[in-house]
Amino acid sequence: MSMMSEFSKGFYKENPVFKLVLGLCPTLAVSNSVQNAIGMGVAATFVLIMSNVIVSLIRKGVPKKIRIPIYIVVIATFVTIVDLVMAGFAPALHKSLGIFVPLIVVNCIILGRAEAFAGKNPVFYSFLDGLGMGLGFTFALTIISIVRELLGNGSLWGVPLMPPSFEPVLLLILPPGAFLTLGLFLGFFNWLDAKRDA
Amino acid sequence: MDLNHLFVITISAIFINNFVLNRFLGICPYIGVSKNMDSAVGMGMAVVFVMTLASMVTWLIYDFMLKPTTSNIFYIIFSAKEPPDLTYLKTIAFILVIASLVQFVEMVVQKVSPTLYKSLGIYLPLITTNCAILGVAFLNLDENFNFIESIVNGFAAGVGFTLALVLMAGIRERLELAPIPKPLRGVPIAFLMAGLMAIAFLGFSGLKL
Repeated sequence: MSMMSEFSKGFYKENPVFKLVLGLCPTLAVSNSVQNAIGMGVAATFVLIMSNVIVSLIRKGVPKKIRIPIYIVVIATFVTIVDLVMAGFAPALHKSLGIFVPLIVVNCIILGRAEAFAGKNPVFYSFLDGLGMGLGFTFALTIISIVRELLGNGSLWGVPLMPPSFEPVLLLILPPGAFLTLGLFLGFFNWLDAKRDA
Repeated sequence: MDLNHLFVITISAIFINNFVLNRFLGICPYIGVSKNMDSAVGMGMAVVFVMTLASMVTWLIYDFMLKPTTSNIFYIIFSAKEPPDLTYLKTIAFILVIASLVQFVEMVVQKVSPTLYKSLGIYLPLITTNCAILGVAFLNLDENFNFIESIVNGFAAGVGFTLALVLMAGIRERLELAPIPKPLRGVPIAFLMAGLMAIAFLGFSGLKL
């Protein structure tokens, strides 16, 4: 088990969105602009790292039968912290992410990492795992949102980039665009893998 | 109670703001359990049931335990000087309530109706981490719904979820036989289908209620 591989696996090999197909609700919902995507990515990464660290610290004292409720309480505590901090310091972002901030609690990536990794591994590795997975999630959200915002709105991070003659594909920032973009990305990565293995 | 208003809530939750296709809630079961019709119907029933119950219970918890009003239970029991504002605990309270509710429903159904348990049983544990359930609780809060409105919204949202799930299962059963390019088989094509369904549902947003 090398530290580097624990950290880097989240980016491509075990990317939570593209490879494990987890955490789809926030991925689809907040990827309509790059700002929202990065905001959600950072919030989820913070919760993921902190919950991984705490779960790993208490892993020897947690009775096996009630571990899931305990993990959920740990996660919900950090989500509450993120919710309050974001409402205080970034109210505009908090408003545009809406109910998806408290819903980080039920993001399957976070509970999944607590159960599959942090509950069995030492603190430092769990920290790296959380950081890597969180950044992998942010990375996936960001590239989906770049496609959607650039083609759907002709801008990136709110800055108009496309020439005035460009007609924005409004569909892409509407809900159907999220499904179509993610479906095509998943297909693209499958194709890439098949090509590499061949 | 204005029945017209409840009708508007119902139509809006099922069609206009469909939980899956418009609000992106409950995507994991939508993709995971839509491979065949029987499990889609079972999952749908379980979600309608738990969502209605969860809307009811979370509303009661929020209004009588967390909200700083004079009918707050803690205010009455401890006869405090002023009602405590515990609303910041809502995320933790809701997820715990929903998790125990699902466990409880599972035990009751198992005891009361073994046949129902057989068809719903395996879907109930999956529901705890279904964001649609927690989502409906937060949406009820955001919309400032009263008790009856919350229940109606929860029920209708569940029906909307079931509708999308069953439609998807019907499509995917046929897709099994279709000549799809290899990299798109399975989950990717399901997303593309969901995208097309979402376009169709976008048509409902023109409804004036």
